[in-house]
Amino acid sequence: MREPHCNVPGCDLGSDQMVGDYVTINIGPSHPAMHGTLRVVAKTDGETVIEAEPEIGYLHRGVEKLGENLTYNQFIPITDRLNYCSSIVNNVAYEKAVEKLMGVEIPEKAQLVRVILMELSRIADHQVCIGILGVDIGAFTPFFYQIIQREEIYEIFEWYNGARLTVTAGRIGGQDADLPDMFEEKWRMLKDGIRKANDETDKLLTHNRIWMDRTIGISAFSAEDALNFGFTGPCLRACGVPRDLRKDDPYYMYDQFDFDIPVGKNGDVFDRYMVRMKEMEESIKIIDQAYALYREMPEDAPLKAKVPKIIKPPAGEVYAALESPNGELGFYLKSDGSDKPYRIKVRPPCFMIYQAFPELIKGEMIADTIACLSSLNIIAGELDR
Amino acid sequence: MEDLGITVIKVVFIWTWVLLIATLMTWVERRGSAMMQDRLGPNRAGPFGLLQPVADGIKLFTKEDIVPEKAQKILFSLGPVLFALPAFSAYAVVPFGDKLVLDGKEIILQVADVNIGFLYIVALGGLAVYGMVVGGWGSNNKYSILGGLRSTAQLISYEVPFGIVLLAVVMVFGTFSLREISLAQQGTFLGFLPNWGVFKQPLGFILFMTAAYAEANRVPFDLPEAESEIVAGYHTEYGSMRLGLYLFGEYVNLYTLAALTVTLFFGAWHLPYLDMSHFLGPISYGIASFLVFFLKTAFFLWLFVWIRWTVPRFRYDQVMGLGWKALIPLSLVNLFVTALIIQLTV
Repeated sequence: MREPHCNVPGCDLGSDQMVGDYVTINIGPSHPAMHGTLRVVAKTDGETVIEAEPEIGYLHRGVEKLGENLTYNQFIPITDRLNYCSSIVNNVAYEKAVEKLMGVEIPEKAQLVRVILMELSRIADHQVCIGILGVDIGAFTPFFYQIIQREEIYEIFEWYNGARLTVTAGRIGGQDADLPDMFEEKWRMLKDGIRKANDETDKLLTHNRIWMDRTIGISAFSAEDALNFGFTGPCLRACGVPRDLRKDDPYYMYDQFDFDIPVGKNGDVFDRYMVRMKEMEESIKIIDQAYALYREMPEDAPLKAKVPKIIKPPAGEVYAALESPNGELGFYLKSDGSDKPYRIKVRPPCFMIYQAFPELIKGEMIADTIACLSSLNIIAGELDR
Repeated sequence: MEDLGITVIKVVFIWTWVLLIATLMTWVERRGSAMMQDRLGPNRAGPFGLLQPVADGIKLFTKEDIVPEKAQKILFSLGPVLFALPAFSAYAVVPFGDKLVLDGKEIILQVADVNIGFLYIVALGGLAVYGMVVGGWGSNNKYSILGGLRSTAQLISYEVPFGIVLLAVVMVFGTFSLREISLAQQGTFLGFLPNWGVFKQPLGFILFMTAAYAEANRVPFDLPEAESEIVAGYHTEYGSMRLGLYLFGEYVNLYTLAALTVTLFFGAWHLPYLDMSHFLGPISYGIASFLVFFLKTAFFLWLFVWIRWTVPRFRYDQVMGLGWKALIPLSLVNLFVTALIIQLTV
């Protein structure tokens, strides 16, 4: 039997297999609770994790390098594969960076379509996260209530351009398609469905004594530590920092919408869960307002700004970020004036959050490790790129 | 003493019956969970998917039997047997009805009415732990060992309140025999309540149920096989029918525990305020008592499913905390109060 061995430089967890009373156990990359291909080598004392070392890279596909050999529009489908739970947000984040580099302002209607699709993605992402968190803590049923609604959201995506998971929405300079015709009707039903699913999840979990015991105070993190580690998104807001790029650095028409930024207090698993639950409701509010604005637009309003057929941004570099469901998703682009980017760098929110994982689970029990990991919503596709 | 023939028939009958119900339980579990989760569940094999357990059984039997290279072969093979054997044997002392009169011969619907029925059940429950520990240890896998250790700690902790609650029940009914306890639950109590254990031991019932769930390794106490934490716990390395024995033994355990709950707390085959033996013939009474007993048991079996798909799982230390800090003190208080009341009233 090959003993667990950690390849991370400076990590000596693998070498001292059984020193004193400790046992090294290897969680992942193929483990029922590891989302995607994450791996954690943990030194345990009975059930308590003394220290742990995550190892990343099992899903590394060289996304950034791939981009250097593709034209600007060809790279969009690759971005789907970053955070595959909310692919549209990745598409838009990338398109936004290229448009910023080109100095293009996209038409209002395209902005609204993007906002609506992105918020739908946010809801879908949070639904998966909350559902899986429940499964990992042993509550199986809420997962299905959430996933059924997510499938309905995917239905809209399917109507939009045929794909459900890897949507590839939008092109450089705007959107390729308008919202589907049946959107209004669908959304009215979907909204109730999402609220009902959240309500049921809330009843099954939030005030459940076992759930509270399993989540409150688990892997709590102070706001200061979270900021030092570069946390963004729900994990940071759970610590009580109301940072949200939709409010702090408004893009598209987010400054015109009325919505709140839910924050937590202790930054523990429970707060992350609550923040996500509340954010879904805020997203519903945003979609409602965005759709009201969208409806006032004339039918033939442009969806795409005037951009050349072959995208050749001027030489230069740019960083553009937006609030993805997991936090700040940024794209750094460098162009040398050709039709292919010179360098693409993705700033995934998971990467910064996952760095803190050993800190978060130190001294917790094995079961909490899994709960903590789910609540952080680490997506391997985004982490390893 | 009954003649051997009848005993053999009873053994064969209850064996088949328990196997049938345990098999059906896998279907109920899957269809029931599907119902709660807006899914369909298995519905292809046979009407309503009722033959799904058969298909599963065939699958488990025909799968390749893999023994990991580094496993300790003897322990690895012994584990599932040690787990399933007590599970199958435990039902022997639990009644499944009152009695059937055939040709003037009285057949008691219970395999063995031993006067230490309780001790037998507690002892076999304790033995089942070995199945998990031995299997977990023999697999030579860290997750399996963790699962095995969890099961040891959990089952031993919950055996204590389980036993203490049973003691209080024994004090109330004054006997160790499960048949005599069942018989004692006829009629009413305080003039208006059915003379059932649950009304005489309300706290005892709650403690018993909690301990029973822990004994049966069911959510919220399914830590030994917590699939999201330690893969599959003690049976991670098992496949084919060895795994089948573990899974099946668990459902047989459920049936025994549900039947025990009915026997001790829910009046066994008695209907409230109604004595069936007064207006039913001897044969139909026997069958009716069997059916009543089974329906009550079925409810508690469904309760196992219901709870499993409703609540999350405890953490290891929380299970221990609940066992030692809540259940054991409460069961002791229950025992003390019961003793006090009996002392003052009798």
